[in-house]
Formats: sequence, C-alpha cells, structure tokens
Amino acid sequence: MKTATASNRGVLPGFGLTLGYTILYLSLVVLIPLSALLFNSTGLTWEKFWGVATDPRVIASYRVSFLTAAAAALVDTVLGLLLAWVLVRYTFPGKSIFDALVDLPFALPTAVAGVSLTAIYANNGWIGSLLEPLGIKVAFTPLGIIIALMFIGIPFVVRTVQPVLQELEADVEEAAATLGSSRLRTFGSVILPQLAPPLLTGFALAFARGIGEYGSVVFISGNMPMKTEIAPLLIMSKLERFDYAGATAVAIILLLISFLLLLATNLLQRWMRKSAR
Amino acid sequence: MAGTVPAVQAKARQVSRNQALSESTWVKWTLITLAGLVMLWLVVLPLLVVIAEAFKKGWEVYAASITDPDALSALRLTLLVAFITVPLNTLFGIAAAWAITKFRFRGKQLLVTLIDLPFSVSPVIGGLMYVLVYGKRGWFGTWLDDHNIQIVFALPGIILATLFITFPFVARELIPLMEDQGQQEEEAAVTLGAKGWKVFWHITLPNIKWGLLYGIILCNARAMGEFGAVSVVSGHIRGETNTLPLHVEILYNEYQFSASFAVASLLLLLALVTLVLKAWFTRKHAH
Repeated sequence: MKTATASNRGVLPGFGLTLGYTILYLSLVVLIPLSALLFNSTGLTWEKFWGVATDPRVIASYRVSFLTAAAAALVDTVLGLLLAWVLVRYTFPGKSIFDALVDLPFALPTAVAGVSLTAIYANNGWIGSLLEPLGIKVAFTPLGIIIALMFIGIPFVVRTVQPVLQELEADVEEAAATLGSSRLRTFGSVILPQLAPPLLTGFALAFARGIGEYGSVVFISGNMPMKTEIAPLLIMSKLERFDYAGATAVAIILLLISFLLLLATNLLQRWMRKSAR
Repeated sequence: MAGTVPAVQAKARQVSRNQALSESTWVKWTLITLAGLVMLWLVVLPLLVVIAEAFKKGWEVYAASITDPDALSALRLTLLVAFITVPLNTLFGIAAAWAITKFRFRGKQLLVTLIDLPFSVSPVIGGLMYVLVYGKRGWFGTWLDDHNIQIVFALPGIILATLFITFPFVARELIPLMEDQGQQEEEAAVTLGAKGWKVFWHITLPNIKWGLLYGIILCNARAMGEFGAVSVVSGHIRGETNTLPLHVEILYNEYQFSASFAVASLLLLLALVTLVLKAWFTRKHAH
C-alpha cells in the first residue's frame, strides 16, 4: 500500500508538509476572514440587508463603480492593444524604458496616483487649467474616476496581450498577404481574432480591479453621494459611522458582482477557446 | 559559389516577406508616436507631477517634510509591515508552488483559484473582514477585549490586512515557472539519495531564483504601498498606526500639499526602484 501511494505521488518529499501549510495559511489569511462577511455577528438581518441593498444611494454607488470601471476598461483595451503592438512589433529608441514604465501603475501606491492625478486635473492643474476655459471638468466628476481607473488598469491589458502577440505565428499572416489581403484587412481578420481572448482577459482584469479600486479614486472623485460616490467608499463611510451591518451588506453585493464578473469571463474564455478549435 | 545564389534568393524572399508582413514606415511611426503620447499622458505625467509638486516650495520644505517626526514614524511602520509580511507570503508562495507543481492531487484547480482570490476582492472589503473578525463587535472582539489584546486599529490589524492583499504575489509568480521546469531534476537528485531540503536548496532554488525575486519585489511594493485595506484597519493614529500612504492622505486632506507630495515622492522612489529591479530580474531570468 505504502509503495503504491508513494509512486502515485512521485518520489519527491514534502507533499503533506507543503500542502498542509498552504491550506492552513490560506484558511487563516483568506478563507476564515472572508467567511466572516457571510456569517457575521453584526446583526445583519434579511430585512436590513434588503433595505441597504435597495437604498437609492447604495444603488447609485454601484452604478458609478460599475459604469466608470467598464468605461475605463474599454478605453484601456484599445490603448493597451496599441501599446502592446508597438512594443512587440517595432523597435525604436527608448523602448526598454517604455516597456518598464508600463508597470508603473502596478508599482506605484494607489494613494500617490490619486493625489497626483487630482493635482493634474484640478482647476489649477497642468491639464485641468487647460480644460477649464473649454468648460470641461475632470476632477470631482465621473470623468476623473474613469481617468484614475484607466491609469490603474492599463498594465493589465498590455501584459496579457503582449505575450500572445509575441507568440503569434507569422504563417497565417503570410498566407493572407500572399492571397492579396491588405495589411489592414490582415490585421482585422487574421490578427485581431487571435488577440480576442487576451484582450478579453485584460478587459476583465482591468474591470474587476476598477470596481474594487479605492485609493486612486477617492481623491479625484470628490465623493458626492449619488454622483461620484463609489461603492468601496460607501463601505468606508458606513464603517466610520460604526454601521457594521450596513457596510457588510454593501460589501457582500460588491463581492457578488466581482465574482459573477470573474465567472462570466472564465466561461466566455472557455467558449472562445472551444470555438477557436 | 554554389551556396551564394540560394542565399541571395533567400535574402530576397526575406525582404519581400518582411514588406508583406509589416506596415509602411509612416504607419509604423504614427503608431509609435501615438503610443508614446498615450504613455506620456497616462503614466509619465502623474510621475512628473509628484516630483514637481514635492519640490514646488524648494528643498528646505521638502527636507523638512520627509524628516518630520510623523513622516519618519510612518516610514518606520511601513518598513516594519513589509519586513514581516513579505517573508511570510514568500514562505507561503514557495510551499504552495511546491505542493501544486510537484504533485498531483484532487482539487488542485480549486486551490489555485482560491490563492488568486484576494486579487478579485476590493481592498476595502479586505480590511472590513478583519474588522468583522477581530474588531470590538467582531467574532473574537469580546474575548480579545477581555485579554487586553488589540488587533484592529493597531499594528497586528495592519499586518493582517497587508498579508491578505499581498497574499498571491509570490505563489502566482512561482506556480507557472515551476510547472514549466517539471520535476525531473529533483527526482534524479532524490533517486541519488539527496534529502528534501538539499534538493530544494541546490536544485529548485537556483532554477527559480530570478522568478522568486521578481515575485518578492512585487509583493514588497504592494505591501509598502497598500492603502484601502490598511486604511480600514489602521485607525489613523498619527505617529502610531499611520503608514506612509496613509500619511500622504492625511497631509493632503490638511491642505499641506507640498508635504503630502514630498512623502508621496518617497513612495514614487520605491516604485521606480521596483521597476528597475523588476527589469533586471526579468533580463537575468531570460538568460
């Protein structure tokens, strides 16, 4: 018996130790605290939950979070494709610095991004003062939230598209060119379909990150209830008023939205992979 | 001589192929210019503004801002939190990657999904759940209160929230890397009589070294820079439970913009060092 399990597991040692530690640590840091949201002691009843979930201010905050995150992820998908394309297909001076800087939004603390973007787009800021005479306001409007989320989300798209573009086989492109297809048409009907799965993944990652994002948004959003108040901020302000049950209710719905989004993209990806075959 | 003719033909083919497979020069440079402008606007501009605002009132104000006792205490706290959380999550990442890539077992896919979970949870929720477990009205609130242990609004809470947020970084970097490398080398060593630790130390670790460092540096950047989750559990006590990112917020809300950006510039420096190291590790790994 003993040899049978050993051969099943291979000859390497440490299975029980590493898996046991992994599960223990995962439970302590992630699973048990996360379950506190669902089995909470804050006196959150169904009535209270429903009351919070249907509160107009709460619904408005979901709408703001959802729409700005979607808009930012959409723009990032287009811009990210452009950046990835240029980085993979062309050589130009300064390319390696360009490539490294794509990750700045990953490495820069979100609070720093938040104060910096607010300074840029405020009435007296570098860009804000240029837009002011045109009547365009960015800081303290949904547009400001979108720009902050675009900053946060851009590396997700570039870094998921880049490796796929790198691995793309030239032969299909070649065949299309031989058959007289123009470069633009080759791009549209040969290259773009192959990039659809990573573009979708990048979009979903940027979207999911945007829905939960807090640090880069609170400074530039102005936090006006019903207009520029995002869902994570609402959780925060309920906590500050010691309304733990209310904060938990908002959090549960936000969590549900994120998980459904994750599930939807996973299913869509599986379907894409199947139809590509 | 015989070899040169096909070579020339091949070269000619290569040229025509490249023409068919690439854009005209003006399209290429238009795209490069556009991409450059996008980068300048979206990424480089925020970076420059931090530096410009930090030094707006000159060196003295800058120096005074970053040597202010509250700023220094925030810096110490941020370093301490990273010093505790990064090794813990590194150890976890190595253990998880070893279990997942070297063995076959049921529920592996589920485990990988669960490890990624913190990435899809809003940082604010990450902080909230620790309040619900350890806060005054949380699961263990009464017990902790009776024993005079404070977790939320104190250092342990900040460490827990940071652990949660930076949880997947190292594991996520190592799992695909160790998957690719397989386990033949390790198996050979074990067959030859090497013990587990020795195998890890002499065979696995040298193979994953650069990927591991890459994961650690990303984990560290997030640990030092986390804002949302830490904001929920910190209590914002100046000089005590204030990390650098929280200090940026406090100064900003007090309209001390130069001081706020001066502290922010320290975090920007951290980000730039992270990017340089990351590029270096990636290059090393590729060789």
